[in-house]
Amino acid sequence: MTAEILVALSVFGACSVEMVEALTIVMASGFTRGWRSALEGSALAVVCLAILVAAVGPALIHYVPLYVLRLVVGSLLLVLGLQWLRKAVLRASGYKAKHDEEAIYRREVERLSGQPRSGSGRDATGFVIAFKGVFLEGMEVIMIVLTLGLSSGYLGVATVAAAAAVVVIGAIGVVVARQLSEVPENGMKLGVGLMLVTFGTFWGGEGAGVRWPGSDLALLGLLAIYAAITWAAVATLTRTRALGAAEPT
Amino acid sequence: MTVQRLLVSFGRFWWDFIVGDTPEIAVGVACLMVVGWFLARGLSAAAVVVLPVAVIALLVASLYRGMRSA
Repeated sequence: MTAEILVALSVFGACSVEMVEALTIVMASGFTRGWRSALEGSALAVVCLAILVAAVGPALIHYVPLYVLRLVVGSLLLVLGLQWLRKAVLRASGYKAKHDEEAIYRREVERLSGQPRSGSGRDATGFVIAFKGVFLEGMEVIMIVLTLGLSSGYLGVATVAAAAAVVVIGAIGVVVARQLSEVPENGMKLGVGLMLVTFGTFWGGEGAGVRWPGSDLALLGLLAIYAAITWAAVATLTRTRALGAAEPT
Repeated sequence: MTVQRLLVSFGRFWWDFIVGDTPEIAVGVACLMVVGWFLARGLSAAAVVVLPVAVIALLVASLYRGMRSA
């Protein structure tokens, strides 16, 4: 039950972050190049991603031994989780600029507005931009859904959580239109990064042959330790940065 | 030509995804799994402690690198 809830939360959070990024690109394309091309490009990307999942998912379940899957998946989750956590901590402490969806949106709009439009109703630039945006961000979602879902044995839960994130963020996008910057992306990235690192350590270890004390309950212990370290890292880096700024040059 | 371009893009995607601008994390995790594998064969109890500690060390090292390059 512990793993099931953590898997659902991790997938929902990760998919929400990726959805915000994809939606920013689709909206920039829709507003500047026309909605028909943007929506068609997004729809084709979703179809391609679905075919990819249908082809890769069952093959992984049937042909790859669970311990190999957990070792590889654990390693991938650790890499991805540590990258997210690093980025989120550096942003939270001010060492890196926050991911500003508003600025990205403005930049995309400016870039797309300057390009000539094709004569007919369908716009190739808008189509390709939306397709690439949704496909690339969607690939990360698929990676997370497949890796977390297959390793835990809760692929159904992971898929439902991902679908819920797509619906929720999509609805927010439609309702608030260009206000995606209101979504607390860095906080979500920090939380998801923590969970990915936790699952990565747990399954990577299990794949390598480690037997965790308390089985699934060890996930909570790992999460608590990593959360405490992350909190300490944000506090320390914030203080270091403040001291550095206060020092006379 | 198109197949070659597709393969290059595919390879580039995975390189960016796994290595990107944090090669220390990719290399560190690979080493960690090898160490975990050997520890689990003889010293499983030690692996339970070593793995999380090594993950924390990796995060701290990567943060230090990120802080220096900021």
